[in-house]
Formats: sequence, structure tokens, C-alpha cells
Amino acid sequence: MSTSRGHELPTVTPFFADKQDLLARILSRYPDYGRRSAVMPLLWEVQRAERHVSRARVDEIAEILGLHATEVKGVMSFYSTYHEHPVGAYHLQVCRTLSCSLAGADELAAFLEEELDLVNGETDAEGRFSLQFVECLGSCGTAPVLQVNDSYFERVSRSRCRALLDAMRRDALPAPTVERGGDNEVVRVEGADRSATGEAGEGDRA
Amino acid sequence: MTDAVTEAPKPITSRSDPRFEVTLYAHVGAPGSHTLAYYRAHGGYDAARKALGMTPAEVVDEVKASGLRGRGGAGFPTGVKWSFMPPVDGRQRFLVCNADESEPGSFKDRYLLEDDPHQLIEGMLIGGWAIQATLGVVYVRGEYHHAHERLRVALDEARAEGILGTGVLGSDFDFDLILHRGAGAYICGEETSLMNSFEGLRATPRLKPPFPAQAGVYGLPSTINNVESFCAAVHIVARGAAWHAAMGTDDSKGMKLYQVSGPVRRPGVYEMPMGARFRELIFDLAGGPSERAKAIIPGGSSTPMLPWSDATLDLPMDYGTMAKHNSMLGTGGVIVIPEQKCIVDAIYNLVRFYGHESCGKCTPCREGVATWLPKMYRKLLAGQGTRDDLAVMEDMVKNMRGTAFCPLADACAMPVQASFRHFRHEYEHLADTGTSRYPRRREWAE
Ligand SMILES: Cc1cc2nc3c(=O)[nH]c(=O)nc-3n(C[C@H](O)[C@H](O)[C@H](O)COP(=O)(O)O)c2cc1C
Ligand code: SF4
Ligand code: FES
Repeated sequence: MSTSRGHELPTVTPFFADKQDLLARILSRYPDYGRRSAVMPLLWEVQRAERHVSRARVDEIAEILGLHATEVKGVMSFYSTYHEHPVGAYHLQVCRTLSCSLAGADELAAFLEEELDLVNGETDAEGRFSLQFVECLGSCGTAPVLQVNDSYFERVSRSRCRALLDAMRRDALPAPTVERGGDNEVVRVEGADRSATGEAGEGDRA
Repeated sequence: MTDAVTEAPKPITSRSDPRFEVTLYAHVGAPGSHTLAYYRAHGGYDAARKALGMTPAEVVDEVKASGLRGRGGAGFPTGVKWSFMPPVDGRQRFLVCNADESEPGSFKDRYLLEDDPHQLIEGMLIGGWAIQATLGVVYVRGEYHHAHERLRVALDEARAEGILGTGVLGSDFDFDLILHRGAGAYICGEETSLMNSFEGLRATPRLKPPFPAQAGVYGLPSTINNVESFCAAVHIVARGAAWHAAMGTDDSKGMKLYQVSGPVRRPGVYEMPMGARFRELIFDLAGGPSERAKAIIPGGSSTPMLPWSDATLDLPMDYGTMAKHNSMLGTGGVIVIPEQKCIVDAIYNLVRFYGHESCGKCTPCREGVATWLPKMYRKLLAGQGTRDDLAVMEDMVKNMRGTAFCPLADACAMPVQASFRHFRHEYEHLADTGTSRYPRRREWAE
């Protein structure tokens, strides 16, 4: 672990030391004059493997790309998915933007805070769960959405959320189901009242 | 029934509606639709072959004649944009796909990327040929992991089959795509920020001009389009410009992926001809609101809201009509706002979003969007606001219009202004009484 000040001890094994193939593959994606483009994919690899990007890794990436550490750090701090401190084995991201909020995302967020005893941005002591409130995930039609690591869980009702938490606690998180909504589930309602003042339905959203 | 529509409804599109043939969205949700085998079995890459048999100028003209306007939000004519590329001069040229989709209320690109990645690759191949670019970039937002995986595999499939690489599809045109992943920042959707982000810089916008055609990715000539724009190009080439131009309204041609979210029975993505009406989308396809509604956000969070009324429901969802009603078509992401939702709270939600996503480069946005406007909303919602505060807020958003470095500050100011225009009484009620006209209620499904 890095301390808040100064550089890493030189004994830390470089992240890419035993991943030269991966490194070469990432670098080869970009033209020679665009080597710097690899900064995001390299940060991503480290973030995924170590759940954060330490100062030592920033230095390492800077050296690979011939940049100053501050340049890499500047990129890293711009985005919400690279973390300075480790996130949990289950990193929970809740969208609270309007469409999700209309489907109960504020309650979902509060429920997770309560259940996990975490506030936005925290990781628990065991490093098991972390919670982050995020903005629109492009899943507004199947709101509310909970992103666990790389997977979207959509239309997360209270009972679905409970079941997901239980599953994570047992380390048995199911694969997410692909939800499409809309056209894929369409059944035409004939002769319904289509006026602005017509009676609204019972709220039979899935 | 107080239905005010008198004319016969125009044809609507949905795969369950025999009156229209769905194109862009035809295979979304179908098992295996993301594979090359499936795509080929459904005519995949025939359009690219056809385009390669035309001259690049002919492809550009075809897209111009089709009337296609960019589906990323601004609606700039795609063929015209393609014609802005400088003459070939030996420098590398880039075609960029904006797959950063993050405008709240928009989720069409994700489904295309996940379930029909080859459609995008084919569209980019056509675009690449048209502008004579041999390299393309697909910039996918970081959260779209599944889409990224599907694209990664699709690109490998395409390379293995000679659809990408040297001499694509047996021609002497070389074309390949670089798949690049974002990392969670809305501003990367703005085209010049996206280019900075791709280059490994902080993703702040660049000054325009120069426009991407002059100096884009790595300072080289570049053209950038949205996912849906590229997918539309496939069908335009396959069926001809006239087919595309026959659909839609005067200034808005072709088909459009509309999205609907909020309290409706079947939220989702629906392909309809441009200029379909809100009523057709919300009632005929999405099954109608599941509770009484009071406003519609027509095209993603930055587009000014319209009051829920029969007159609004009868409006065609196209560029010109939305502009005439002081709004915008944007991404076509419709959000229905229920009667029981406090408008001040709803708009605060969006202000918070823009505040969070402000890149901090310029003062009107950093101070207005990211700092003072959310503070004023929090004060108001906490019951501490006054009518003077409302005046300050209105003044502030007015001063954010057109004064910032990029359109993000306007994107925040416009919905605020629209909410004052249509729901001033809710703001005043909150300022006068300290309580919301529509207190928070339980919304989360059990
Ligand atoms: C703040 C901001 C965010 C944007 N986000 C997106 C986006 O997520 N996806 C997109 O395609 N265009 C987005 N745009 C529009 C792009 O800048 C650009 O106009 C578009 O990608 C061009 O493609 P088109 O001509 O095919 O529409 C955004 C613009 C702004 C100002
Ligand atoms: S308007 Fe906002 S997002 Fe755009 S450059 Fe200024 S600070 Fe950045
Ligand atoms: S508002 Fe939550 S996914 Fe779009």
C-alpha cells in the first residue's frame, strides 16, 4: 500500500511486469504518435485487478507512456471509475438520476446505505462492499438500475434488491438477466383512452 | 373520451405492428443477434459491399439526399458533415463513433451496441469509405461493459472474416476500428471532449473552430457521429436515399429510435418514423402512463419540458416542431413526469446531474451549474427559500445561456427555464410555504 506522501518503495513489483503481452496488445491498438491514448486502458486494467490505482501504479503507467505522473493523475482524477482507495469486492453503483429517481432510486439508495451501513463513497472494513451513487447509466427504461462491478441489474425492486444482497453475501451473485422492455414486451391495448385527461392505469409496471 | 385527435393516426412502428417495417431496431432482443453468423443471415454487410461499389462522393450524396440528421442530439445533417472533410492529402483521417451515451433519458445506443454490434461496424465501414478514412474509433462509455464485450468480439469476428483490415470485403480499401472505453464522465459525449479523452488528456472541451474535420483526433481530419446515425446509414445505402426521405416530416426524415421512461406501462425503445406523435409513442406503444402525468421531457434531460396536454400529445416529435415549441428533439429520450412529482425536486435532480458532470473549465458553468444553482435548489427544497431567491435563480440561469465554453451550461439552464415557464406556481408555493406542493412519496416497487 502506498502512503499518502512520497513514492512507493522500489520493491513493489510493477503491475505489468508479468503482463507484457497484455501491455503490448493495449499499446499496439493505437498509432505510434498516439501512444498516450493507452493511459485510460492501462488505468482500467489496474483498477479492475487491484480495485484502485495506487500512486506506484500511476508512476508505472507514466513511465510506460513517457508522461509525468501528474499527467496520469490528472486523467485519473477526471473520471469517476478510477479510485484512489480500494473499492469493495462488490462495488455497488446506484443511478439516482431522474428516470431512476421516478422509479424509486432514492429509496433504493437509502436502503443500500442502511443495509450495508455505508454512505456514498465508502468501502466496508472487510473490503467486501462499497457504495457509490452515480448518474444515468443508460438504463432509464428499466429503472431503477444497480450496477454491481461490471454488470447491470435492472428493474431492481425492494425484493430483488434484498435477494441480490443475500446472493452477494453468499458469494453467489447470479448473472444479470438481459432486460429490454419496450418493443420486446409489447402487447397492444386496443380502444384504450388515449387522452391527456384519461384515467391513468394502476401502475402495473414490471 | 376527450380524445382531440381528428385525423387518422399515422402508421406507427413496432415489431408487433404489421403496418410498419422496423429496420434499425429489428434484431434487438433476438437470440444470437450480436453474432456475425446471425447478421450475415439477415443481409449483413450487403450495404457495405454496395457502398464500396460506389464512389465515396456518391455515398456522401446518397446520405445527403436521404435527409438524415445526426441522432446524437444536435441533428446536424450527416451527409453535409461528411462533405466537410478536406481533400485527401496523405494524412491519416479518422472516423469516430460517439457511443458515450449518457444524456439522462437516453438508452437507445446501448441496445444497438449490445444486440447489433455488426450493424454499427457496417455503418462505420460505409462512413469510413465515404470520407476516405482508414481508421475509426468507437468510444464506448465505461459503464457499458456488456456493449464493450459484444463489440470487442464482433470486431474480432469481422477482422477474421476480412470485413475489417486490409482490403475489406475483397476491395482495395483498408479500414480498421479502435475500440476505446470511457471511464464515467458525461462531458466525454461532447465531441471535442471525447477526442481529448481518447488522446489520453483530461476530457475538457476544445475551442471550435477548428472543427473536427480540420483538426480532430490527434489534430488530424476527423468526422464524428452517433451510433444511431451510423446504423441509419446502413439502411440508407441498402434501400436508397429516396426510401429514407419518404419517411418523416419536412425537416426530419427517416426512422428514429424514440425512448420512453418514467411512469408508463411499457417503458423502452421504440422505432417510429420521424415525426410520430407523443400520443402514439406514449399510448399506443408504451401502453399509456401508469399514473396521471403533468409534463413531458421530449428528448433527454437537457431538452425543455412541455406540459402534459392533448395539444402536446398531438405534436409530431421532429426537429422543427420541437424548436417551434421552445424545446428540442435531442436524443428522442422522452421522460414522462407524473403529477405527484414535485417539479422543483425533479429539476433539482437534473441540476445536480449537470453540476456533477461540469468539467470545471469555465466560470459560468463551474460557478453556476456546479456550485450556486444546486445550492439554491437545496435551500428552496429545505423550505428556506424566498421569492427573492427565485428571482436570483432565474437571473442566474439567464446568465448561463450562451456564455459558457461548451453547451453543457445551456443544457442545464434550459430545463430550469422551462420549469419556471410552465410550473412557476410550484416554485412559488415552495418559496411561500416552505413545503412542496407535492411532498415526497414512496416510489420504489416492492
Ligand atoms: C454535453 C454534451 C454531451 C453530449 N453527449 C453525447 C452523447 O452521449 N452521444 C452522442 O452521440 N452525442 C453527444 N453529444 C453530441 C456530440 O457533441 C456530437 O454532436 C454528436 O456525437 C455528433 O453525432 P451526430 O451528428 O451523428 O449526431 C453531446 C454534446 C454535448 C454538448
Ligand atoms: S460549460 Fe461546463 S462542461 Fe462545458 S467547458 Fe464550461 S465548465 Fe466545462
Ligand atoms: S436515469 Fe438511471 S439509468 Fe438513466
